[in-house]
Amino acid sequence: MYYNICNYHKTGPCRYRDRKGTMSIIIEVNQLSVHFPLSTATVKAVDGVDLAVEERETLAIIGESGSGKSVLGTAILGLFPPTCTVSGTITYEGKDLLCLSEEQLRSVRGLQIAWIPQNPASALNPSMRTGLQVGEPLSRQAGWTRERIHERVLELFAKFRVLPPEERSQAYPDSYSGGMLQRSLVAMGTSASPKVIIADEPTKGVDTLNKESIATAFREVRNQGITLVVITHDLDFARELADRVVVMYNGAVLEISDKERFFERPLHPYSAGLLRSLPENGLVPIPGRATARDGAFTSGCRFRSRCPGAGERCAEEPPLIRARHDDAVRCWNYD
Amino acid sequence: MDAGCVNLQDRFPTLRGIMDVLRGNVTLTAGLVIFFTLFLITILAPVIAPHDPAEQDLGNRFASPTPEYPLGTDQFGRCIFSRTVYGGQISLAIAVISTVACVLIGILVGMYAGYYPRLDAPLMRMTDIFLAFPAIVLALPIIAIVGPTPLGIILAILLPGWAKFARVIRSSTLSVKSSGFVEASKAAGATDTHILFRHILPNCYGPIIEIATLGLGSKIITITSLGFLGLGVQPPIPEWGTMINQGLTMLEKAPMIALSAGSMIVLFVLATNLIGSELRKIIDPRSDTIVI
Repeated sequence: MYYNICNYHKTGPCRYRDRKGTMSIIIEVNQLSVHFPLSTATVKAVDGVDLAVEERETLAIIGESGSGKSVLGTAILGLFPPTCTVSGTITYEGKDLLCLSEEQLRSVRGLQIAWIPQNPASALNPSMRTGLQVGEPLSRQAGWTRERIHERVLELFAKFRVLPPEERSQAYPDSYSGGMLQRSLVAMGTSASPKVIIADEPTKGVDTLNKESIATAFREVRNQGITLVVITHDLDFARELADRVVVMYNGAVLEISDKERFFERPLHPYSAGLLRSLPENGLVPIPGRATARDGAFTSGCRFRSRCPGAGERCAEEPPLIRARHDDAVRCWNYD
Repeated sequence: MDAGCVNLQDRFPTLRGIMDVLRGNVTLTAGLVIFFTLFLITILAPVIAPHDPAEQDLGNRFASPTPEYPLGTDQFGRCIFSRTVYGGQISLAIAVISTVACVLIGILVGMYAGYYPRLDAPLMRMTDIFLAFPAIVLALPIIAIVGPTPLGIILAILLPGWAKFARVIRSSTLSVKSSGFVEASKAAGATDTHILFRHILPNCYGPIIEIATLGLGSKIITITSLGFLGLGVQPPIPEWGTMINQGLTMLEKAPMIALSAGSMIVLFVLATNLIGSELRKIIDPRSDTIVI
């Protein structure tokens, strides 16, 4: 369950802004923090995140479970879990989404910025025909009659290979296969032709063959000129799809890199560790485990306790530093 | 496929699907047969009853069962069989109307309490107040105020009755609202009203149907209890509770008056409980206990 929280706090200046002016930025996240105050400690799910999403690009946000990537994703839609405190700004087309009313946010959600939820098995209402659900974002727009929506849904089903479209649109979600569910969720996300789609873990629990069909669906979305933000912990999927990669760890952005350069030579020691842990690179695990999840993290570089090259300077948290071209990294090695 | 399973592929159960379920479930079949038999008898009372229920044959008081009077006659020489057959009409009508009203109020209160955390405490404490009174305790003063008319009886059942429905629907709402499709719909910009009535309500139908069936039985008990206390439907309209009340004083002379009305009540409540508990098993196979 989520609530909209309007918050005007702006904590500190923006220390990093990427590719200023070269392309137009569609979503700009500025010093966003989403904290969960508990009786013992504060869990900083998202902690001072700066991020700019460019128009028509595909951005992959990668990180392990608990790194805050999903909370960041839902925050862009103005959806927050009930017990959190929020600060910072999220600017979409010049508007701060955190200061919009619930009414105004509804006109953004689904129509301007769409969300593809994780876990397709539970993301569709079991007692509603799938075709109706896929067309749901359209039904809130003027001029969309029932027949027109139905036509559009059939078109989408054909495009995303939910076949045969007519029969599938009349069926209930429990008769769908996993890959088909995921593809109809992609169809639902694109139904109202939004400018941005945020997808949460689209390849979770999916085998290689289905992953390929999902990747095809997302490529189709990208070809329509829609900006894609893919939240994933699937590095292969990110490599296949993304233009740029954002690495999140314990609520903060550790690295923002061009995809080619990221997989060629990652900047942050954590990113390097992630790539080394891939099967083709020897399946080397990163020692230790993430700490901020239980609120134990206090100060300094978040990766310090697990970093092979941690020095004295890491007791202070590094800012995002521009390391090469437009790539940025939160590590003192590049200062 | 297990015989107790409904085919989920096409949501509207086919005749064959229903027959499959019934063939494997004797309890449900028995409950449904009794229920619909009583229902038919009540609706077709004018056709089945040999006499007008109010027709008096004063020369033939306390008659033993004869072909003319299958269950004998009462103290005014009225046909007991005809009165028993007619006796369900008003009770069943009141039970159905008040159950539907209870479900509607319960849906509104329960869904809003479950969906909006801010409304939860106020609405549920109000519900608790109504739950705290035994149904009959709340019903008596209402009858005293409104009078023993059908409307008065409906109110007397409705006021203590809706609370249980609100509780059940609140808990279903709580479990449905955290599911992925509600969050997905919210992220797609749907309004709360849309989410409540298109996504949450259709997924609460199971428990609603189940407690409505069980509730129908308990409402019949309340209605006939009021009749027994002399606060129900007033004579000369035949009504099961009133008949038991009359028959009690003449149990030795004409046992059929109380016995026939009593058996009808027992059969009806038995049927609703059989159906309700079987529906519960089909809807939620894990639990075996039933609460009335």
